Amino acid sequence: MRAPSTAEIAAGQVLLAVEDISLAFGGVKALTEVSFEIEKGEIRAIIGPNGAGKTSMLNVVNGFYKPQQGRIVFKGVSHSEMEPHEAAASGIARTFQNVALFKSMTTLDNIMAGRTLKMHRGLFWQILHVGPAAEEEIEHRRKAEEIIEFLEIPHIRRIPVGRLPYGLQKRVELGRALAMEPDLLLLDEPMAGMNLEEKEDMSRFVLDVNNQFGTTIALIEHDMGVVMDISDRVVVLDYGRKIADGTPDKVRDDPDVIKAYLGVSH
Amino acid sequence: MRADFTANADTFPKLLLINAATRANRPANRLKDYGVWQTWTWLQVLEEVRSFALGLAELGIGRGDKVAIIGGNRPRLYWTICAAQSLGAIPVPIYQDSVAEEMSYVLAHAAAKVAVVENQEQVDKVLSIAERVPELSHIVYDEPRGMRDYDHTRLKSFEDVQALGHAAGKSKYLGDAWERKIAETKGADVAVILYTSGTTGNPKGVMLSFDNVMISSRNANQFDRLTDREEVIAYLPMAWVGDHIFSYAQSYLAGFCVNCPESPETVVENRREIGTTYAFAPPRIYENLLTLTMVRMEDASRLKRAMFHFFIGVARKWGENILNRERVPLHARLLYGLGEILVYGPLKNRFGLSRIRVAYTAGEAIGPEIFRFYRALGINLKQLYGQTEASVYVTAQPDGEIYADSVGKPSPEVEIKIADNGEVLFRSPGVFLGYYKDPQKTAETKTPDGWVHTGDAGFFDPKSGHLKIIDRSKDVGRLKDGTLFAPKYIENKLKFFPNIREAVALGDKSDFVCVMLNIDLVSVGSWAERNNVVYGSYQELAADPRVYDMVAKDVDAVNRALAEEGPMAGAQIKRFLILHKELDADDGELTRTMKVRRSFIAERYAPLVKALYDGSEEVDITTQVTFEDGRKGAISARVKIRDMPIYPPAGEAAPLEKKAA
Repeated sequence: MRAPSTAEIAAGQVLLAVEDISLAFGGVKALTEVSFEIEKGEIRAIIGPNGAGKTSMLNVVNGFYKPQQGRIVFKGVSHSEMEPHEAAASGIARTFQNVALFKSMTTLDNIMAGRTLKMHRGLFWQILHVGPAAEEEIEHRRKAEEIIEFLEIPHIRRIPVGRLPYGLQKRVELGRALAMEPDLLLLDEPMAGMNLEEKEDMSRFVLDVNNQFGTTIALIEHDMGVVMDISDRVVVLDYGRKIADGTPDKVRDDPDVIKAYLGVSH
Repeated sequence: MRADFTANADTFPKLLLINAATRANRPANRLKDYGVWQTWTWLQVLEEVRSFALGLAELGIGRGDKVAIIGGNRPRLYWTICAAQSLGAIPVPIYQDSVAEEMSYVLAHAAAKVAVVENQEQVDKVLSIAERVPELSHIVYDEPRGMRDYDHTRLKSFEDVQALGHAAGKSKYLGDAWERKIAETKGADVAVILYTSGTTGNPKGVMLSFDNVMISSRNANQFDRLTDREEVIAYLPMAWVGDHIFSYAQSYLAGFCVNCPESPETVVENRREIGTTYAFAPPRIYENLLTLTMVRMEDASRLKRAMFHFFIGVARKWGENILNRERVPLHARLLYGLGEILVYGPLKNRFGLSRIRVAYTAGEAIGPEIFRFYRALGINLKQLYGQTEASVYVTAQPDGEIYADSVGKPSPEVEIKIADNGEVLFRSPGVFLGYYKDPQKTAETKTPDGWVHTGDAGFFDPKSGHLKIIDRSKDVGRLKDGTLFAPKYIENKLKFFPNIREAVALGDKSDFVCVMLNIDLVSVGSWAERNNVVYGSYQELAADPRVYDMVAKDVDAVNRALAEEGPMAGAQIKRFLILHKELDADDGELTRTMKVRRSFIAERYAPLVKALYDGSEEVDITTQVTFEDGRKGAISARVKIRDMPIYPPAGEAAPLEKKAA
């Protein structure tokens, strides 16, 4: 139903390639030789049963886990391993399965925190708050306000996020990730624990982010309805291996996927 | 006082020219955007309106054309009203939450040529019905978000239209061409068409002339002594006549600033930031604020809670007298002053009502407790009664003459009479021209000599001379002896008591009035807990004689009040009973909006009604009920009936007034 986004227009351009990644914790193999690509502007879902290695995969992309084997090519640059702050600086932002916000800070402050990497003036100038430093802050605040308006949360701008209901906290977290103006946005179960209406809202925001800012999105999600509705392509993991990759329709009918989800004995 | 330059202007565009000259740098509009209040002065508003008006002219809008306006309260949508009027075109604001069906009816009925809308949501809605509205040639939107991928052949952004106008202003409309167009507008022209959603049938387009709107608003400004220093917040639908008068007409006339909130959720916060001095809200807004406060106070520390309750007690006792400038003992004044510092001030600040001078409530009856609470805090809350057909003002309460249950005295230049059936009729300079394209309905509502039927029944209170509205006139009946019987009026009086949740009044074509009640399980339940009354169910509690005693006191209070009220004195409650089950929408006893369905209930509980009128002391009844899971069952009960004393009508004026009614 949605209008062609920048996604489709720029289709075919690979933003991130995961090549042959293996990750083990001691003897436990979390990921085994996983490869897939994320194209510029698409919404890419990563699904799989519990313990399939989805969050581990995001953590590798994000630089939080160091894989024993394989490499990640982001924007044409190859990394065998990457520190989280390098990932952030190169344009990867993420949200977490369990909301990870600064609970006692307001919505606005949390979102401004997402701008940290974009601030160029040193602490000294920021404290003095004069000249270019003040201008810079005004610019950042403007961006933060755009996001607040975009996510329809002006009414909670000044409220400490710890006091907000869970659904709104999730939205603030998305806001903080957006504040980084990322090229790639990683969402770890953005709809977890939400009711139907909140899920619909969140789905709309994810689509809007993709459509409006052309942001490429990789998301982990358990709700199959949501995944099938909003994603362009789906990767299916099971026991750390990729078992399927393709459009939602194709993946849905894949016998391996059905087997994995129905829990056939291994 | 400065000279009133606006006295000779007879249309709003002319007023804009005057305001831009005499109050050039005073704020006219504010909008909170990106978390900051953006301000436009009258001079800036003039420039915005001029370029948009010329842009509309470029789109082919001219004299008599209709411009639909759909969206929330945004400065640009208010400017659209004035821009359209400056071209002799007629603005038609439409409720933004109306369903596509209703919107297409209004757009087609008004034959709107251009729709100016707020955002993508409204654009989508209008596009979805576009083929049913052939006259509509352009859609102009304010908020560009999400609009990038749309086909822009019929769509234009507000800026695009202004740019068109700006270019035209440099070539075609040199000099004062636009001002000359404005000079052509006249007071007798149609200024605006406001569609009112009737409860039945299609909405009717109420045509108001500049004279209607301006004279009513000018009178109201004088009545409440409004100046260009007022601050109001615009948050009620633009299609509603109240907002058109408060946030547009009165602002242009007095020159005060209209503030548009950031979003519907931030109104309270935005009101606090602005510090409104003049406000209007339906009763539910005041109720919500109060409930929120009470809930918050329950969570507060014990000291704060004790302080709150103590000073609210003081305010309830003396606040209204102080507000009405009556004589009050010194110690009360001191205590109230301390309360102002500790409790009332901070509370009013939270409500955003610290600087309020005049606040109105209207639309429906407000609970006297709620009404008095705000007045006790020193907020000048008043009631008014109005209609679209009257350009709002029919009656309003003058300062210092405030009653919780009246709607005030006739507004300046308004005449009121009460018809034989109790219906209120009025005649005023604000009376509408007619319903658009509907002379038949116009004739039904407006008599040839200018009297308008309100459809509401009411009477003048003999003591205060204030009008009281009792019910829709079609619902008002008569007892056998001819006494006026207004069921909703009696029911509302009962329901304002916390122990009574629902009430059903019977009496049309009968000898006397009876009521059937539901007790409020929360409030009576907590009473039972405090007094060690053991009960197992609603039914058991409702039948308890002590509960009957308690409720009888409330009914008695209603009777005493009715005795004081002239024509209503004959409709006192003679007998009552407490129903053995709670009225429920699932059983069809209430509508889904929780209004009692009187005739259905009378039929369903026929044995109870019969017993009320044949003098029995108690009666057995079995009732079918539907449980929440859809199963059906039956409740049997023995219901007791209580007789009540009737009071003689108070005062000499009462019988006279009865004759007049």
